[in-house]
Amino acid sequence: MLRQIEGSRAVADAVAMCRPEVICAYPITPQTHIVEALGAKVKAGQLRPCEFLNVESEFAAMSVAIGASAAGARAYTATASQGLLYMSEAVYNAAGLGLPIVMTVANRAIGAPINIWNDHSDAMSQRDAGWIQLYAETSQEALDLHIQAFRIAEDLSVPVMVCMDGFLLTHAYERADIPSPDQVDNFLPGYEPRQVLDPAAPVSIGAMVGPEAFTEVRYLAHARQSQALTLIPEVVAEFTKTFGRDSGGLVRGYRLEDADTVVVALGSVLGTIKDTVDELRGDGMRIGILGISTFRPFPSAAVREALGSDGRVKRLVVLERALATGVGGIVSADLRMALAGGGSGRAAEPVMSTVIAGLGGRAITRMSLRTMLAEAVAGALEPLSFLDLNKGLIEREFIRARRTRRSGPVAENMLRDQGLTARIG
Amino acid sequence: MPYQSIKFIQTGSLAVGGRLLAEDQRSVQSGAQRSNSLTLGHRACQGCGEALGARIALDACQRATGGKTIAVNATGCLEVFSTPYPETSWQLPWLHSLFGNAPAVAAGVAAALRAKSRDDVRVVGQGGDGGTVDIGFACLSGMFERNDDVLYICYDNEAYMNTGVQRSGATPYAARTATTEPVGPEPGNKFGQGKNVPMIAMAHEIPYVATATVSDLRDLEYKVERAMEFRGARYLHVLVPCPLGWGSAPESTIEVARLATQTGLFPVFEAEDGEVVSATPIRHRTGVRDYLRIQRRYAHLFKPAERTEMIDRIQRGADRNITRFGLLPADDIDAELATVGAGRAEEITS
Repeated sequence: MLRQIEGSRAVADAVAMCRPEVICAYPITPQTHIVEALGAKVKAGQLRPCEFLNVESEFAAMSVAIGASAAGARAYTATASQGLLYMSEAVYNAAGLGLPIVMTVANRAIGAPINIWNDHSDAMSQRDAGWIQLYAETSQEALDLHIQAFRIAEDLSVPVMVCMDGFLLTHAYERADIPSPDQVDNFLPGYEPRQVLDPAAPVSIGAMVGPEAFTEVRYLAHARQSQALTLIPEVVAEFTKTFGRDSGGLVRGYRLEDADTVVVALGSVLGTIKDTVDELRGDGMRIGILGISTFRPFPSAAVREALGSDGRVKRLVVLERALATGVGGIVSADLRMALAGGGSGRAAEPVMSTVIAGLGGRAITRMSLRTMLAEAVAGALEPLSFLDLNKGLIEREFIRARRTRRSGPVAENMLRDQGLTARIG
Repeated sequence: MPYQSIKFIQTGSLAVGGRLLAEDQRSVQSGAQRSNSLTLGHRACQGCGEALGARIALDACQRATGGKTIAVNATGCLEVFSTPYPETSWQLPWLHSLFGNAPAVAAGVAAALRAKSRDDVRVVGQGGDGGTVDIGFACLSGMFERNDDVLYICYDNEAYMNTGVQRSGATPYAARTATTEPVGPEPGNKFGQGKNVPMIAMAHEIPYVATATVSDLRDLEYKVERAMEFRGARYLHVLVPCPLGWGSAPESTIEVARLATQTGLFPVFEAEDGEVVSATPIRHRTGVRDYLRIQRRYAHLFKPAERTEMIDRIQRGADRNITRFGLLPADDIDAELATVGAGRAEEITS
């Protein structure tokens, strides 16, 4: 059924139709609307049997999900930003224990300075936690990915994080096709755990493992997560058959057929990039897009396949909504690894530029993208650059720091400078 | 707690053997059908109070639930000595997640059981004092506040023993730990008297809070059985001496625990809905010196010279517990006060 609906509500509807048995909630912007909506459904008795726990922290939220999942229940929670970091120890633990929890991450920046707006720093910080990470481009895809996520998680006994851009998707009203509960029931069978706390057949879960087997346990986690590279396309195919639309997957190409320049990105910014690429195509530029839908496991083979091995692609522009401080791009590093994995028979690797963009909710505009991509095509783009960087603001802070030892808190200085600039300008 | 009068033979331990009782009144441990929840082969130290307490508590719980208990364990000695695979000692379904989240994980298990309408299966969360009063404290308080259907048991050995005896929020005043060494003008732990989590649990007005020690195993069994008669959040705080960390003889674990109760330093009581409903009276009142002297963690209170002020402070804490929980009949206290005056009661031993 088509509805004009807030992204968070669409996700809540989808999660509810997946019949979670335990939902734990701790408020943090911008994921709150999702668990609010789910809480209301549970309270109204529309979601039965389901326990909704208001917990005292994100650390507790993931811990409750761990206990619930180990006891054989389908468990769900949502978080963002500081909340994801606060639960990080339990995030790793859930994956280590092989518990198929599904969690929404409403992507938001990490402080300090505190910032509630969107970027991908939070989810990227947990990229090696052992969770599968799926990134949604639209509200519709966020909705769809949650339904797929339970299937993937439970099939592999690996937890899945569905990442959707905070505010841009969680708070935006878009048209979404809401499936019927029957469709979801047909697609998603009941949860059959591989391991469960059962007095009739007692097991110890979470025992200490020493050097004699730890590497093997980790290797298996890697092998199991890697199975998602085969499983996800199958799940998507089945999803398409059941719901009549294609959604998610490993990577999504857009106008790649003859592209010599390819923009790589994740999440909702892909929409803006598509519009920009359409414009640039109109100008005669041979440019396309590679959207990464599955970031963990990293779909190296799918990336290579999408980019071709004939040397047609000369330039890769990796637009990253997170920054590996002191290095640059996070996705870029994985891309390099993927391209290097192609073997020696490949043509020369494309030139790669990393563009850090949209940090802390800064809008990524078509105009800025056009300028940057034109530079890229002209070969003038640095290996690492920051989109729309206000260099004057930074220069002022450098000068201040040179002039006096006690130059004060950086972020607050810059805010004051910005106010001055605004007044003068 | 219920009492019954029986013939008993006085032994050095002041305890009564379960075999003197009728079959149906015997302790869980004296029964041939005990579940051995924590079975042999684990790697606890000689004289470990925690291993003893955990086995007694979980066996009692298994009997109370007809063998349908799930245990959730915090990281710590109990987890480490019981599970280096493939030698798990747990004979019941057992889950270990992290150091600071056992109460929340247990709440999750309870929520799953509720969703699955398995009200016959019950959940026990357990951890040491570090996992309970420090790093797991927020999760514990949250579990209390939501009144999740979990019995949480803290095995309190008053420091981080698993990592090598560092101070915890439950470490008593003056005790030596690896991070409160007996050096300088304020040797040992210079802070308060340890976080009083039973009282904090009572402030949450949860259905049941109790304390126990491994010196009275029958009482420990009773407290677990009583706890299982309630639904909702329950808290049991068990004092478990640690020969390694306390510097006590492995064969003295029971004695040390008993002295903790008989001095008044560790009051044994139970509370329902936030109110104390019973306290175990002191049978042989003992001054704190007798308790302190047999533990090397307090050696600096006696050598090279006695630190009378520090010992007096500890005695005042014990006296306060005796008054607060009514551990001695009122006339006994009055009589003692009349003869020796407050603060010198440690001179009186039974």
